[in-house]
Amino acid sequence: MSREVVIGLEVHAELSTKSKIFCGCTTEFGGEANTHVCPVCSGMPGVLPKLNRTVVEYAVKLGLVLGCSITRNGKFDRKNYFYPDLPKAYQVSQLYTPICRDGQIEIWTGGQKKPIGIREIHMEEDAGKLIHGPGDSGTFMDFNRCGVPLLEIVSQPDFRSGDEVIACLEQLREILLYLDICDCKMQEGSLRTDVNLSIRQPGGELGVRTEMKNLNSFKAIRRAIEYETERQINILERGGEIMQETRRWDDEKGESCGMRSKENAHDYRYFPEPDLLPIEISDAWLTGIKENLPELAHQKRQRYIRDYGLSEKEASVLTGHKNISGLFEDISEQSGEPTEAAHMVTGSIMYLMNSRAMLPEELRADGSKLAVLISFVLSGKINRNTYKEAIEAVFTKDADPETYIAEKGLFMSSDDKTITGIVTEVLADHAAAAADYHSGREKAFGFLMGQVMKKLGGAGNPAMAEKKLRELLGG
Amino acid sequence: MLSGITALELSALIKAGKMSVSEVVNTYLTLLEGLKNKNNTFLAVSGGNALVRAKDIERKINSGETLSPLAGVPIALKDNISTKELGTTCASKMLNGYLPVYNATVVERLDQAGMIIIGKLNMDEFAMGGSSETGAFGPVFNPWDISRVAGGSSGGSAAAVAGGEVPAALGSDTGGSIRQPCSFCGVTGIKPTYGAVSRYGLIAYASSLDQIGPIGRDINDCAALLSVISGPDEKDSTCIMEKPFCFHNTDAERLDGIKIGLPRNYLDGGIDQEVKNRVLEAAKELESAGAVFEEFEMPMMDYIVEAYYIIAGAEASSNLSRYDGLKYGYRSEKAKNLSEMYRLSRSEGFGLEVKRRIMLGSFVLSSGYYDAYYKKALQIRTLIKDTYDSLFQRFDMILSPVAPTAAYKLGANIDDPMKMYMGDIYTVSVNLAGLPAVSLPCGFDKKALPVGFQLIGDTFSEEKLINTARVYQCRTDYHKRVPEGGAAI
Repeated sequence: MSREVVIGLEVHAELSTKSKIFCGCTTEFGGEANTHVCPVCSGMPGVLPKLNRTVVEYAVKLGLVLGCSITRNGKFDRKNYFYPDLPKAYQVSQLYTPICRDGQIEIWTGGQKKPIGIREIHMEEDAGKLIHGPGDSGTFMDFNRCGVPLLEIVSQPDFRSGDEVIACLEQLREILLYLDICDCKMQEGSLRTDVNLSIRQPGGELGVRTEMKNLNSFKAIRRAIEYETERQINILERGGEIMQETRRWDDEKGESCGMRSKENAHDYRYFPEPDLLPIEISDAWLTGIKENLPELAHQKRQRYIRDYGLSEKEASVLTGHKNISGLFEDISEQSGEPTEAAHMVTGSIMYLMNSRAMLPEELRADGSKLAVLISFVLSGKINRNTYKEAIEAVFTKDADPETYIAEKGLFMSSDDKTITGIVTEVLADHAAAAADYHSGREKAFGFLMGQVMKKLGGAGNPAMAEKKLRELLGG
Repeated sequence: MLSGITALELSALIKAGKMSVSEVVNTYLTLLEGLKNKNNTFLAVSGGNALVRAKDIERKINSGETLSPLAGVPIALKDNISTKELGTTCASKMLNGYLPVYNATVVERLDQAGMIIIGKLNMDEFAMGGSSETGAFGPVFNPWDISRVAGGSSGGSAAAVAGGEVPAALGSDTGGSIRQPCSFCGVTGIKPTYGAVSRYGLIAYASSLDQIGPIGRDINDCAALLSVISGPDEKDSTCIMEKPFCFHNTDAERLDGIKIGLPRNYLDGGIDQEVKNRVLEAAKELESAGAVFEEFEMPMMDYIVEAYYIIAGAEASSNLSRYDGLKYGYRSEKAKNLSEMYRLSRSEGFGLEVKRRIMLGSFVLSSGYYDAYYKKALQIRTLIKDTYDSLFQRFDMILSPVAPTAAYKLGANIDDPMKMYMGDIYTVSVNLAGLPAVSLPCGFDKKALPVGFQLIGDTFSEEKLINTARVYQCRTDYHKRVPEGGAAI
């Protein structure tokens, strides 16, 4: 019997606002336990939340980019459950009026474009963390993360494979980074994905689904999907039934195990949060957000191809990460040479990054220094070898281009007098070779040229040297 | 010599140099020491700190600094208002020994006004109750008859002012918790418009209904106190007032042109005959001052109390979830694991009435019941708001009884929650609609127990209510009576 896997995603993106969603505490990752807390985010009796408007703006930004309808009059709801990492014993979230609904994200898999439906995006606060002490020293609470703003992005069950899921997450990550609303560091938990998966006959009714949690990398997501697909198909092939449950992925063991079944599911007793006013998004506010939307990767790609005449491939490489396109645009703008800048970034810079296994988020190169190198090479002050070497020096040591090249003596001797002197010397020293040349042996020219360049010490402008040599040889 | 003195009279003595702030504070602290909390009104008294603060205010006054009209006057707070220097228990075993790490906004405002907090006052546990009997530290006794309740939930606040233990107090009103104890104890109180006073630091019972308000010997004290505590607060986004109240004493003696509605059906049926008579006499008094009365029928009487208990319970069930034994407050020592810690700490830490309301609230929010109960209650709430909106098209204000009876005997209703809840019939709709109301003494029944009435106004019409109350108190002296055996300073 043919089976089809049906997958939906719930993605939690921690927003990179300076302060938390309902108080002024910093959202910075890390920090000594319970140092980024105040009475509000630690849920002391009598405190009240105060909404950080930037959170609303970030949510609207993402909603607009994903083509969602924006809820103009919304509110927050309380989700009630007991757990030690949740100091108020309720999470302020949105059930009844999510801020964004009915959007779409386009993904490419196997050369095919496919739209994935976005059911909703809602705002909520993150919970704290439990730290299990060594041995039986106990469990400790760290409330630093309490109240860090989250967007929960809920997709429609439109995925049919792990590849599609990964393609979508990569696309979403690109958007979040370009919008500059989430740093997407999966290892720090700022982008977390839960996978809902079920099996059905193609086109048939949806099967019973399981929800998988604790997926901390794209690799883990892919493996977990494979594992769960196989597990469910095995059960079904044996005539068994899938139990609706939440499962926890163990990446080390490469397997998942049940956390809680539907019968034990929480009744969250959602109701409207009475401590906050309704969220009203005025026309002016919405327009302001729309007008300030940054250019996204696919828009940049089109622009690079159209305006700079770059190839599709170059444009793709350049827009693969916000930091890369940022560096490219920086160099391009400062040098006024987009084509040369594109070659530098897709060539030398990518090579240097790859050889160091550097992640795009770690890229910190000085665009203005790199732009200077472009002007040097194009004006003939340095040759291509020096150019490459200097790019590396700027990239690795943030060297000053002028000083670096001067100290190494790599500026090309391009003044006529120096070159004339050297060519004259070489011709005097190698009169035999000159004679060979005159008798029609072209090979001799190569030898003489080599001698000239050698005397110029690697800083010679080959084009000028060649011209002078031919001139003095009378050729 | 200071028996029945008002806060403003006291501050006049201070200003005139007849008493220093230290003398005033000392007098009250000595008085409280002598009384040995006989009415069980105080849960904590601030001795040393209050005296240090008195000295500080004294210096400021002497150096000519302009403080509020209430500078130097002692005040005490219902024990659900967070104070950094005094434990805040909500009269619950759950929070016994809990010391807040921050001050409520109203506490900061009182400080800025130069008032001196001398203690924390008894109440119903987490403000849930109408008799100040549900607290973990024993009931409050009514100073007019110590065999009777003081009303609730701000019973300690009303009884302390009535008994002369403190010149003024703050209470909180979620369903009548300022107005009803004021009525039972013969003192004056204001339940402000929802959003007039910051709730930051008020330990929540029902967030969409709670409001802090003043309790005093007369309307002028309450008005002065409300000016101090009202106004916007960046820590409370539901506090929507743009600037604090500033009331002008009009010295008006007449109420010509004021139209007052009288809900006919509040005055037949379950109301005590003598309470009804006193309330009608109050209406007559206002009528003779020029106000025009018209009767009307208050709709939805069968649903008001139910809607209130569903909404308040729902919010309470969530608000009180944070008391889980983990971070502060009571933790059961018997617990062997996490779920036991939750269950036992909450079972042992909360009293019966609190648990009843948490269970009720959890039930009405449960999946499958939300639409049938909670959503319906919200719809009724909207209808009540609409009803009041149209009433205030016709009337400047509404006059009504506060409670169906005067203070009843301790223990009389404690085992009959439905009877207790029905005692809130005249007060809860005001909270559901977010309206302001003042509670004023209007005489005594045959047992010499005080009776009060309330004036209910449209949102942010406090000034109108206060001016009307002032005219009433100029023409009557019920608010000046003090109970025998009350604290005579």
